[in-house]
Amino acid sequence: MATKHEKDWPLWEIFIQSKRGLDHKHVGSLHAADAQMAVENARDVYTRRGEGNSIWAVRASDIHASRPEDQGAFFDPADDKVYRHPTFYPMPEGVKYI
Amino acid sequence: MSAQDNEALFQQRVDDEQKVEPRDWMPAEYRKNLVRQISQHAHSEVVGMLPEGNWITRAPSLRRKAILLAKVQDEAGHGLYLYSAAETLGTGRDEMIDQLLAGKAKYSSIFNYPSLTWADIGAIGWLVDGAAIINQVMLCRTSYGPYSRAMVRICKEESFHNRQGYDILVTLCKGTPAQKAMAQDALDRWWWPSLMMFGPSDKDSPHSAQSMKWKIKRQGNDELRQVFIDRTVPQAELIGLKVPDPKLKWNESTQHYDWGEINWEEFHQVIQGNGPCNAERMAARRKAHAEGAWVREAALAYAEKKAKRKAA
Ligand SMILES: [Fe+2]
Ligand SMILES: [Fe+2]
Repeated sequence: MATKHEKDWPLWEIFIQSKRGLDHKHVGSLHAADAQMAVENARDVYTRRGEGNSIWAVRASDIHASRPEDQGAFFDPADDKVYRHPTFYPMPEGVKYI
Repeated sequence: MSAQDNEALFQQRVDDEQKVEPRDWMPAEYRKNLVRQISQHAHSEVVGMLPEGNWITRAPSLRRKAILLAKVQDEAGHGLYLYSAAETLGTGRDEMIDQLLAGKAKYSSIFNYPSLTWADIGAIGWLVDGAAIINQVMLCRTSYGPYSRAMVRICKEESFHNRQGYDILVTLCKGTPAQKAMAQDALDRWWWPSLMMFGPSDKDSPHSAQSMKWKIKRQGNDELRQVFIDRTVPQAELIGLKVPDPKLKWNESTQHYDWGEINWEEFHQVIQGNGPCNAERMAARRKAHAEGAWVREAALAYAEKKAKRKAA
């Protein structure tokens, strides 16, 4: 039993596209021995009622995430660039289609 | 940042109705509480398949059999969603399952009652899933993001469970006197255990106050139990069934039902492992886990072999 944790099936994060034209959205995770099993199991647990049109399975260990504790500094560069928003530009009275 | 700052910031986020996400700082007790609650919830979904699975081969028609099979399959999925949510807190699934199999983890007391007749399958869907829904709708607003999202997913599936159960009883109540008596008998046996599903009264519930402060729970056990009673009693009356509580009475002034006393001694006995089916349920889980061991190992060995061949 000592080696059990190492012998656990790897964890996969599952992304489902609910309809053609929409983004794949994270729905949860599951354990599977390989990619094919991950996709098939994802079909069985996450798309039992036609919720899915396409499935992506990604090994959880292959996902790299930003660190929430650095959130402020990390996203800071975008904060002082108000001119990126259309509302930054006053438009003359009466102008149309812009 | 100091521990107090972290704690204050965390509470502020919770108070502001912002979800807590897996990589955020959180108090160790919050994490521990959640792992306990979510894994218990997951175990309940899994053990909960047993009383219903018991009737799959004996469902009275092919249609009922297909429905029950689909319902039980959903419960397996619920178990997975919840283990998946608990795992984001850093506890491995095998660890949680080991705890269940070692008898160290709890699951809902309701699944330690036997499903004796086909009407029990009706009562389970109607009452047990009905009670679970009320709890789970509340948990859709829980503060921990992954738990909340799992709950939203689960709630979407529960309405079918609830209705298929009620539909079984509606059908039995329209049948022969013996069938109707079977429905009444099921209600008589499942009513009080269903009320116990909401847990001890808030004044006796050890985790309630802290859980409310952290917004893991959003409503108290007693409040949720009352919602269940108010909703369910008219459903029983509509199909001519009598709720087995002599004190049950509509109260005009409170706009709620007054009702009797739960047998808390029975509740504690079942929680402590002395319910009618505790030993049977655990034995079934251990057997299934042991008998599945070769499948888990073989699948992994096959995946490793394939990966090696691809690399070569
Ligand atoms: Fe469920
Ligand atoms: Fe259910």
